[in-house]
Amino acid sequence: MGMTIAEKIIARAAGVSEVKAGNIYTVNLDRMMSNDGTTHLTVDMYYNKLKNPRIADAKKMVFIVDHNMPSDSPKTAASQKKMRDFAREHGIDFWEGEGVCHQVMMEHYVCPGELIFGADSHTCTYGALGAFGTGVGCTDLLYGMVTGTSWVLAPETVRFNLVGKLPEGVYPRDLMLTIIGEIGANGVNYQVMEFAGPGAKTLSVNDRMVLCNLSVEAGAKTAIFEADEIALEYLKERGREPKAVFSSDPDAVYAREYTFDLSAIRPVVAKPDFVDAVVPAAEVCGVRIDEAFLGSCNNGRIDDLRVGAAIVKGRRVSEHVRFLVVPASREVYLQALDEGLLQIFMESGAIVMNPNCSVCWGSCQGVIGENEVLISTGTRNFKGRAGHPSSKVYLGSAATVAASAIRGEICTADML
Amino acid sequence: MGQTVIEKIIAHNVGRTSVKPGEIVTAKVDRVMLDDIMMPFIVGKFQEMGFDKVWDPDKVVMIYDHLVPASQQDDVRHYKVGDAFAKEQGLKHVHRSDGICHQLMTEAGYVKPGDVVFGTDSHTTTYGCVGAFSTGIGYTEMAAILGTGELWVKVPETIRVEIEGELPAGVMSKDVILRLIGDLGADGATYRALEFAGSTVEHMTVASRMTMTNMAIEAGAKCAVFATDEKTAEYCGIRLSDFQKSLGGDADAVYEKVLRYRAEDFVPVMACPSQVDRIRNVSELEGTPIDQVFIGSCTNGRLEDLAAAAEVLKGKKVSPFIRLIVTPASRLVYEQADRQGILRTLVEAGAIVTHPGCGLCCGRAGGILSDYERVVATNNRNFLGRMGTSKVEIYLASPRTAAACAVAGKITMA
Amino acid sequence: MEQFTGRVWVLGNDIDTDIIIPTEYLALKTIEDMKQYGFSPLRPELAGQIRPGDVIVAGKNFGCGSSREQAPEVVKALGIRCVIAKSFARIFFRNAINNGLLLIEQPDLYDHVKEGDTITVTVNEHVEHQGKTYPIASLPDNLVEIIEAGGLVKAMRHRNGLEA
Repeated sequence: MGMTIAEKIIARAAGVSEVKAGNIYTVNLDRMMSNDGTTHLTVDMYYNKLKNPRIADAKKMVFIVDHNMPSDSPKTAASQKKMRDFAREHGIDFWEGEGVCHQVMMEHYVCPGELIFGADSHTCTYGALGAFGTGVGCTDLLYGMVTGTSWVLAPETVRFNLVGKLPEGVYPRDLMLTIIGEIGANGVNYQVMEFAGPGAKTLSVNDRMVLCNLSVEAGAKTAIFEADEIALEYLKERGREPKAVFSSDPDAVYAREYTFDLSAIRPVVAKPDFVDAVVPAAEVCGVRIDEAFLGSCNNGRIDDLRVGAAIVKGRRVSEHVRFLVVPASREVYLQALDEGLLQIFMESGAIVMNPNCSVCWGSCQGVIGENEVLISTGTRNFKGRAGHPSSKVYLGSAATVAASAIRGEICTADML
Repeated sequence: MGQTVIEKIIAHNVGRTSVKPGEIVTAKVDRVMLDDIMMPFIVGKFQEMGFDKVWDPDKVVMIYDHLVPASQQDDVRHYKVGDAFAKEQGLKHVHRSDGICHQLMTEAGYVKPGDVVFGTDSHTTTYGCVGAFSTGIGYTEMAAILGTGELWVKVPETIRVEIEGELPAGVMSKDVILRLIGDLGADGATYRALEFAGSTVEHMTVASRMTMTNMAIEAGAKCAVFATDEKTAEYCGIRLSDFQKSLGGDADAVYEKVLRYRAEDFVPVMACPSQVDRIRNVSELEGTPIDQVFIGSCTNGRLEDLAAAAEVLKGKKVSPFIRLIVTPASRLVYEQADRQGILRTLVEAGAIVTHPGCGLCCGRAGGILSDYERVVATNNRNFLGRMGTSKVEIYLASPRTAAACAVAGKITMA
Repeated sequence: MEQFTGRVWVLGNDIDTDIIIPTEYLALKTIEDMKQYGFSPLRPELAGQIRPGDVIVAGKNFGCGSSREQAPEVVKALGIRCVIAKSFARIFFRNAINNGLLLIEQPDLYDHVKEGDTITVTVNEHVEHQGKTYPIASLPDNLVEIIEAGGLVKAMRHRNGLEA
């Protein structure tokens, strides 16, 4: 019987010829990523819960400091030191200040066909390159770290046929929020979102990352695109080779199929406090904001900065708004520097930060206060996600966020 | 009889021909600087005192810098209090994310030679770099000034520091002021004015002078000042008045003491943990392992500082497992460093460049350290617990030395 | 002349404002919220041990560093009756006066006193310790005026006709 891309990756990792959704497989992990959100806990368990622990293969491990970068309290400094010392002692690849973990992984590690665990829910991002990336807790990560293996309950796949092309001024963020709004925050619980169809070919790897990254907000275990020529080109530019390039078989079994016409998508916003509370952006226009955030593993790439810069160029950020612009990685930062984008943002009055998770994670620089309102390109708008429990977060595209920063209230770019 | 620079400024301010050290006079304030950390307290005291109008909104500058970007939820309360006060009082000079207060006060032209300026931050001594009498005060006195436009000051004795000759290559004004603080001691200039003079400082840029006036407080000084010259005029974008032109120390002025230095004798130095006056030559500390480097602050976050660091870092990489954090002093510095390719050089080398602000220097974010970690930093204080726990060791150095340490992963000479 | 007796806490030279109240806690809402962190980088347990009426005796340059007025306010809020030091940093001195925290400069006492000792202060005259007296100077007139007014806030309230 035919298999989907996700099933084929699991089969490869499990060393079996066939995988069926619902069965449990023992798999060899190709890579494990852990960031400063939880690595200190993993390290504590490694030393305190295991007898004679050892790391199966340090070359498979990547540690990335991005959540509180640079460190903003003695507590985060202590966690990061624990992580740094561990990485140094065990020869683990270690990045700090390089950018948001998923962006760094995409730039330096992820290859099509790989099975990757990350101790962060947005590890599903790696499907943009045809890899199976999924978020795990630190106990799972620890097990993977010491054995090189783990178990996976093979998920069902839901196919999303994309047709058409996004209109001018509409972005992958609008598309994915629309999809989540339609299928709901648990619409694909424990399933794989497979994006396919002619519409997929109109999306760059960066665009695909936006879709895959947010799939966890619909409950997905992961999301995946076929590693086509667009993905392979991205890989080639970075000097990497695919592990395996898989396509879904014509007779692969899907739990469901949806079709979305990209040309029908319009700017949307997810209202507080749920990612699936999606409405046309026009419905929330006029909501006064205190802060705007352009960044994150979802929308902190060069495309997003270009969109934002084009909107703020020659304009001033509203006096009462703090507009945080946070490139997703060092590579993105340098590119934006070279293209003059950072200059544009600085001239507009924006706060340009070093690559890090920033207010998307809400427990570091950029946090919002009591009763404040944030419009964000971050991943989540849960209650209190960006700071004070009484604060509110709206999610929108880079264009909507930049335009709102100028206006001082939520608006779309065409309203400026 | 001749007068020192500070005596001239105070005399002019109170409308007299001369004043003497020890006299208590009431100064008319030309400009005040309020920073974000103190805003709720300033406003609270202002109201408690029964004032409802600021004496002159045009003379008030409000700057958010210690808490930008906010690192704790309650930080934004300070913005809200400040914004409401600015609106109520019609304040026009408000900077919400443009950089460090002291950098902006001079860079944005709020301070001119001969001005009397107070700020709610101890490093307000900085503005003597452009020939002003400026010093730090608490929030209660600031509230009183906001209501009255006046403050009493005791005319300080002046200590004159004369430096002649050319500094050796690789020695920055930071090395000079650290050495002076070491010689004077952390309380060696308490209540005194420091007046810097001599061919060495005449050749210094205003930015380099700023590093020295900024750190005068670390020797306890009430204020510090350079003679006003053409460089001052150019920096401030003004033509000097006769009064401003006169702002040099007279040959027959009475100084408490005069310290004389030969520029050639200066070498790169560091202030060792955890006292600003514990000065050692960098060469004596060679090889001490470090964990982090911080380049920034109102002491050393200016364009020439970043350029000096970039020169050292060009084509090199920050040592593995070492963080190099660069925090430009202002938005303008950031933009200029971008245009001149300095940011690119720094970031390519592995630096983490943050948004302009106080950053790590004020110890609330920007690279806080953990127990037993060691940092080489270009800011002004290495007090116990200033950048994390009390077990963190802070070494103060010039940007050039700091950059070299980042590459080496240990203390070393550039 | 005003006289009081207090138990002594001995601190060293150059006790800076970051030690008295670290920046980390400066944005807390009130001095009451902050005072538990007083002196924490140096002696984390000290704030909890100080009792109202206690006296701090320190070496030179007490209060050096920042202009943060939270520093003298925290010292006062902890119940410290006065600080006796070899010398004080300038901004701290002004801030303390403006908040009615008594500071006394005395060059010799520090070298003879031990923590836990009891001393008796006769304001503007001398300090008595184990039978020995240490002379102290009186404050300049303009500062006495501020203190007599009950601090700068009260002086300004008086000026603005809010208090007699």
